[in-house]
Amino acid sequence: MFSYCTDPSTLEGLTWLSCYLTTGKHFSMYFSVIVVLVLLAITAPTALLFGFSAATAARSRILPLRWFAWGYTNIVRGVPDIAFFLFFVIALDQGFEWLRHKVKCPDWTEPVRNGVEFVVCDVAKLPLSSAPQWVHETYGFFLAVLTFAIVFGAFAANVLFGAMRAVPRGQMETAEAYGMTRRQAFWRILVPQMWVYALPGLSNLWMVLIKSTPLLFLLGVEDIVYWARDLGGTKSARFTDYPHGDWRMWYFLALLVFYLALTKISEITLDRLMKRLTKGQATAGGEAQRKAAT
Amino acid sequence: MSCLETIQAYAFRSLGYGERLLPRGEYTLCEQFTLIGSGMIWNAYFGIFALISGFVLAVALAVGKASPNRWLRKPAEWFIFIFRGSPLFIQFFFGYFLFLSLKGVSSFFDPFTSAWLGALVVLFCNTAAYSGEIFYGALLSIPKGDIEAADAYGMTGWTRFKRVTFPTMMRLAWPAYTNEGIFLFHATTLVFFSGFPAKRQQGDALYYANYFADKTFNPFVPYPILAMYFILLTLMIIFVFGLFNKRLNRHLPQAARPKLKFRLNLIR
Repeated sequence: MFSYCTDPSTLEGLTWLSCYLTTGKHFSMYFSVIVVLVLLAITAPTALLFGFSAATAARSRILPLRWFAWGYTNIVRGVPDIAFFLFFVIALDQGFEWLRHKVKCPDWTEPVRNGVEFVVCDVAKLPLSSAPQWVHETYGFFLAVLTFAIVFGAFAANVLFGAMRAVPRGQMETAEAYGMTRRQAFWRILVPQMWVYALPGLSNLWMVLIKSTPLLFLLGVEDIVYWARDLGGTKSARFTDYPHGDWRMWYFLALLVFYLALTKISEITLDRLMKRLTKGQATAGGEAQRKAAT
Repeated sequence: MSCLETIQAYAFRSLGYGERLLPRGEYTLCEQFTLIGSGMIWNAYFGIFALISGFVLAVALAVGKASPNRWLRKPAEWFIFIFRGSPLFIQFFFGYFLFLSLKGVSSFFDPFTSAWLGALVVLFCNTAAYSGEIFYGALLSIPKGDIEAADAYGMTGWTRFKRVTFPTMMRLAWPAYTNEGIFLFHATTLVFFSGFPAKRQQGDALYYANYFADKTFNPFVPYPILAMYFILLTLMIIFVFGLFNKRLNRHLPQAARPKLKFRLNLIR
């Protein structure tokens, strides 16, 4: 990257390090950090949407919808999450291919699941075998996002359901007294007020979401764990300009620090957000703020 | 092979006894049940030993974090922050590579690079940090009256801690600690997916479930089997912790005893 990096074997100390840390492969690693942040940015709202739908369904007056929401939240929460990650990635992939297979090749007679094989017709493959590399990678990333959203949606549903029940009953009664319909009361009274009750649970969930991003590695995405293992491994002078021993320990130490920093920053931000949200609310937190102000 | 023979061949496969090769070709339900169940031995091993050893350190950490002496407080705070603030997955990787480089320094660290000890050490630190935070919270919410009563009886120092502080802290923390125990058992599934190698394919339940899912391209059989085993394990944990809970609260009137609430909503 820098002009003095042309012959790394002559370099020493910090200059060597500055060259080493700016090689093409290291930029791939920095890019994967962005991938992790993008995943967080996409997954959080998606999971919230899943959770909100499930929590609403759990309050619905239609019985099967309630059962579905109950089953979804409880089954996902009762089993080790990593098993779900491994399960959903294959299951979703096969599900999509099976659906496409049904639509695109209706006159296919052989069974799709044949012994230990899963066969669909060529045009139903996802992504198509002729697709370029980036399509494969994006599809893998998309599956990962969907998996994260499903698993965290179940957790979020639990939090939001609790928050909806925590809104004082008097508020809903007042809405009814004003003649609002169920739907109006839900959107105008319940939803705006529930967030302050949901925030502690949701911020906890956000921390957990941050900490589960390394599992991307298990879903086959080239994430920071992949690069840390790859770059940290012993490099001999034959294959690289920057030979070094087994540095994987240091790479993972760097990841550890990265995650600790991310956690700390989120902690501070969420604390501030909580302070803002409690302002003027009829809760202990809001009351304490009011007292402190006077 | 009949199912009974399969059980004989694979029931202790995860410990290295029985058939050397994993089943191949046609995978029967019986084989999947047996092998995944065999892997549960490892999950139980990691969970039980980490929980018991972690408990001791957790109490020390909680007391340390509540201590007015900053030389005790700061290390405890940092320990808890580091292990609670970073992903367990990264901790496993870091631990494994740390032990790997220490191995070069001294042969004392040889056993640490295999899962049975190395992963146990990581899990021990992790659960100690999580439970330490739970116990610390409980320590702060001990009713003031209890401590004052102990003072009135002239109890100080160790006697007061042993007779009043510690039992009350346990009593208050127990419901949350039960959940922590369940999460810990769930977290043991990560061990063989981090750096720690599964020697001669002796892995835990998820390792075998993943093996079957990879070989058969059918996730709909092994993972539900795994889920069933874990739900059973979870129920067993709740039962055992419930016994402790009963004993801790035996002096309270029936109605005032806190119920264990089965609440699973965390990943680490």
